[in-house]
Amino acid sequence: MTEHVVLRHRQPGLENINQLAAYQASGGFEAYRTVVTSMTPQAVIDLIKASGLRGRGGAGFPTGVKWSFLSNRFPRYVVANSDESEPGTFKDREIMERNPFQFLEGLMIASYAAQASTAYNYLRGEFWELAARLDAQIAELHAAGLLGKNVLGTQYSLAVHNHLGAGAYICGEESALLESIEGKLGQPRLKPPFPADRGLYGQPTVVNNTETLANIPPIVARGAEWYRTLGTESSPGTKVMCLSGHVANAGNYEVPFGITFRELIFGLAGGIRGGRTLKAILPSGASAPILAATDKVLDTRLTYEDVAALGSQLGSASIILMDETVDMSWVALKTTHFFKHESCGKCTPCREGTYWMTHILDRVQAGGVQATDLALLSDVTQQIGGKCLCPLGDFATSAVVSSLKLFPADYEQHLMGAAAVPAKPAARAKVAQPVS
Amino acid sequence: MMSLQQKYPDEVAAILARYPADNKRSAVMPLLYLAQRAENYVPAAALDEVAALCEIAPTQVASIVGFYTLYYDKPGGRHRIQVCTDLPCALRGADDFAAKLCAHLGVEMGATTADGKVTVEAVMCLAACDRAPMFQVQNGAGLTFHENQTLESVKALVAKLQAE
Ligand SMILES: Cc1cc2nc3c(=O)[nH]c(=O)nc-3n(C[C@H](O)[C@H](O)[C@H](O)COP(=O)(O)O)c2cc1C
Ligand code: SF4
Ligand code: FES
Repeated sequence: MTEHVVLRHRQPGLENINQLAAYQASGGFEAYRTVVTSMTPQAVIDLIKASGLRGRGGAGFPTGVKWSFLSNRFPRYVVANSDESEPGTFKDREIMERNPFQFLEGLMIASYAAQASTAYNYLRGEFWELAARLDAQIAELHAAGLLGKNVLGTQYSLAVHNHLGAGAYICGEESALLESIEGKLGQPRLKPPFPADRGLYGQPTVVNNTETLANIPPIVARGAEWYRTLGTESSPGTKVMCLSGHVANAGNYEVPFGITFRELIFGLAGGIRGGRTLKAILPSGASAPILAATDKVLDTRLTYEDVAALGSQLGSASIILMDETVDMSWVALKTTHFFKHESCGKCTPCREGTYWMTHILDRVQAGGVQATDLALLSDVTQQIGGKCLCPLGDFATSAVVSSLKLFPADYEQHLMGAAAVPAKPAARAKVAQPVS
Repeated sequence: MMSLQQKYPDEVAAILARYPADNKRSAVMPLLYLAQRAENYVPAAALDEVAALCEIAPTQVASIVGFYTLYYDKPGGRHRIQVCTDLPCALRGADDFAAKLCAHLGVEMGATTADGKVTVEAVMCLAACDRAPMFQVQNGAGLTFHENQTLESVKALVAKLQAE
């Protein structure tokens, strides 16, 4: 296995880097010191650009390029997106719990590069205990002279604050997140303007995911060249993959971009629980199309491009694995129920469409549907797709559309007059194999 | 009733200091957590004070309480046991776990036990999918995660909460 760049606490001898002294003893805050005392903001942006670092929050946008878009107005803000609410994602939490100072150091370097003197870390409300620990860690950084007025005796001043959300998935979307910090309902804004031009309080703002920021100190310390030795040409570095569902060893795996689904699932994570057969994969939580576990899919490399070429997304790499006992119409019900709950209600197609999809999928499970209901379900997905203000609307249709296409038999078994099925998905016998 | 500023003067001041002076509205979410601390819901009287501190209308504060699921405008049980039944946890037995917990408590999902101590709710992913079944316990004092749970472990916890 390659070394851990982000989950460094997993390296022998570095288990205690969640303590400031241990983190500093391992070279921690040297990158920040170098940046603040000897680099211009532009030089930092150029370095991150050269590294090819791409945003880990889902879209994979090049981080250095994003920073270079900041409008020339002040004050500016940097916001860490620690909302981590995509079903199947639990990486930012491990980073902040076990390697918090590397994340904070990344946030602080980003703030210097953006010439921001205030940064916020937006955490989902459920990370209450974690936020309390981070509050204390930020206070330690003030005491050490790494935060506050005239950092390390320079002209640069920086304050970092945590801001807790309160249970709303949509606040992970960057403009809804900014609304939420402003004390408003977490509803996405119309774009453009993008946050780099008009973000928090209407000022130029950088929003980056927690894991993205945790990559920055090692890039500064070891250089863009070194970073590019990891991963692939267009997806450099490592990625923390969150494995959940029917995998033998669920958890986070930090691997270089470019290893295959097969290497990750069967080589590193012990394969499928109970020796069962893998039926399907959701590579990006509830938000991207389901993949049938064919050899072609299993031999696909985990990069943004390769997974997109399969018709799905790598997203934040919340990889949910499902074995042969799982009914994909039930999976669609679960994801649809999630999006119905999380729709912010601003656009009619998303609000009403998620309601109707859930309604039909509930009836599918109850066994009271006809072929015309499945056609209606498909029709509703088309009423939502491409007609919404933010990507959540499209996310909501992806598991439904892909399961109808790849696993029609999973739906057909529920048609009125079809053989009765046991009530619980987990107890269900084998269902038909994927068609492609 | 004592105001938040009387009860928690230092915390109120620290919260307001985190945001620019002309954007006091940003303090609404942290102030609502304070308002919820004593009773595990936001009493109507607190809306006016939070609104005044944030320089917005009380109806705007009420709409924040309504939008975000971790704020409550009505009292529930002293502790809310919130079981994650989202897809990844459900694949590892969470629906079954939640049903057995409800049966043990003798209540329907979403309801509160007769002694008013425990409300049980089904919630969406809590970023702990690799440690299912799991739930969080929310009360005024905060939120704690309970992971890799069994029926035995949750029964023991319930007994402890009900004895408080
Ligand atoms: C519905 C929705 C939910 C999102 N949730 C998250 C999230 O929980 N965490 C995150 O970092 N990004 C999330 N994003 C992506 C953010 O909008 C944004 O692209 C990201 O924070 C940018 O950071 P990055 O460039 O470092 O990836 C979400 C996007 C959408 C549309
Ligand atoms: S698509 Fe859904 S979540 Fe996004 S803005 Fe519209 S209603 Fe809100
Ligand atoms: S699905 Fe339950 S914690 Fe993620």
